[in-house]
Amino acid sequence: MIAELVIFIILGIVAVSSAFAVILSKNPVYAVLFLVINFFALAMLYLVLSAQFVAFIQILVYAGAIMVLFLFVVMLLNLTGAIESLQDKLPAQRWLAPALGMVLLVEIAVVFLSGFFAQVPEASELPEGFGTSAPVGMLLFSRYVLPFEVTSAVLLIAMVGSIVLAKRRP
Amino acid sequence: MPEIVIFLLIKLVMTIVIFALWMTMVPFMIWLERKVIADIQIRIGPNRVGPFGLLQPIADALKLIMKEDITPAKADKLIYPIAPALLMVPALLAIAVIPIGGMVTIGERSFTLQIMGEYRGPNGFFVPELDAGILLSLALSSLGVYGVVLAGWSSANKYSLLGGMRSSAQMLSYELPLGVALVGPLLLASSLRLNEVVNAQSNFGIWFIIPQFVGFIIFLMSGTAEVNRAPFDLPEAEQELIGGYHTEYSSFRFAMFFMAEYLNMVTISALAVTFFLGGYRLFTDIVWLQPIWFALKLMLFLYLFVWIRGTWPRVRYDQLMALGWKVSLPLALINLAITAIVLAYVPKRAVLVLTITSIVLITIAYYGSSYNLRRSTEIAARSVMPAGIYRNQRKRGFNQV
Repeated sequence: MIAELVIFIILGIVAVSSAFAVILSKNPVYAVLFLVINFFALAMLYLVLSAQFVAFIQILVYAGAIMVLFLFVVMLLNLTGAIESLQDKLPAQRWLAPALGMVLLVEIAVVFLSGFFAQVPEASELPEGFGTSAPVGMLLFSRYVLPFEVTSAVLLIAMVGSIVLAKRRP
Repeated sequence: MPEIVIFLLIKLVMTIVIFALWMTMVPFMIWLERKVIADIQIRIGPNRVGPFGLLQPIADALKLIMKEDITPAKADKLIYPIAPALLMVPALLAIAVIPIGGMVTIGERSFTLQIMGEYRGPNGFFVPELDAGILLSLALSSLGVYGVVLAGWSSANKYSLLGGMRSSAQMLSYELPLGVALVGPLLLASSLRLNEVVNAQSNFGIWFIIPQFVGFIIFLMSGTAEVNRAPFDLPEAEQELIGGYHTEYSSFRFAMFFMAEYLNMVTISALAVTFFLGGYRLFTDIVWLQPIWFALKLMLFLYLFVWIRGTWPRVRYDQLMALGWKVSLPLALINLAITAIVLAYVPKRAVLVLTITSIVLITIAYYGSSYNLRRSTEIAARSVMPAGIYRNQRKRGFNQV
């Protein structure tokens, strides 16, 4: 139990500090790389929670595919000089962002505090094969089949939309 | 001594042995490649250092290490030195899930010759095989692209950057067909564990290359593209990009790029052996022979990679993308759908039906893809050629690779 706690704390520190580094680094390429580190820390946290399938998918999809695309776009656009000009284009964001951030912070605090004083359920033994691919697949295609299909439809719409936008001639 | 310590010791020894074997493949591959390419080009190849030039890779390595390690003045000081390692570490880690032999029993303990494999000790001590082994190896192979992209970016050289760009686009495009092509064998084995895939092939009594021939072809093609080998070596096309993403690198960091390329090639070959050629099983079930069978089949694939490099010209960039998105991916998806339907409706005769459908599919795909690639050549030609030359060329028919 103690070992698990130590691993959890180390991973938590890595995840939170890399998340801060994402928003604080001046170089967009560094920001993307810190986000990759953050995703890795999250994947390790899933492993600690014995959800190995989710952990591998996290690395495969987010760290391996999506972040490479991010990196690709950041390098292609060479954003280093573009950040200052971007700040002036969105004046409303300067006021809206802190306000919305505060709302989110309050919400997190409420959830955290209400959970803090609630009765913690007794940890039960995990069922055989918990977190492996077979039970996750069974759940996805039986109990959660509607959200699963809706997600795929949303992705399809996004794909069609991006093609329509890219094909439009000025 | 508690059982867990023995377990960890056995795994440690196994890891070191397999790791050492894998690393020995690199000098061997350098020698094989130089010799075979020389043979194809009617040259003699290395024959001065050691018998048959066998010590040539050591001389090559020494030459590289002795060179000065240069960092360009404008290079990114943090990322430039670690980029080669980012490419090499995932290549090395991917060996952890590949089974090179079956169940070995020593006294009360038995385990498979696979780093993340099954282990049974006395008193019911049991560690199962890693559940989604293939997902781990695919995830690691998708991480290799960071090394290439960051090496290109951090060198502060436009040719390097172009090479990095090309490779990220290429590896992303071919990751999809690579993964989908493997789903067919996984469906037949009905498991994500590599050891189960090997066992399923001996249960069916047939290697999956026969019923999953389409998957095999797509895997081979996307695997070659994934490791940036000829004819898909556009990220380092010498005539266009000097050296591509590793233009600025020298000394041992440059050597690491080469080691990573060879290691990736060995890993892709090992996956191909496991999924399509029956893994470590051949004829008998004598356990100590199995790693040898595995090595022999691996050599077959490594030779094939060198052979392909020696015979095929590099594809053009638009052909590469057309082949990935318009041919490989649809074909892999059709193959997956057919496999799933056959397994659902005629599971008893699945192998026979799948063999017939894969022959039909590959025939259609051959003619379909040649039409498809001709179309993309025409489109590319229209966008770069003056109208008159284009019309003329079209009348004569475009030269096809």
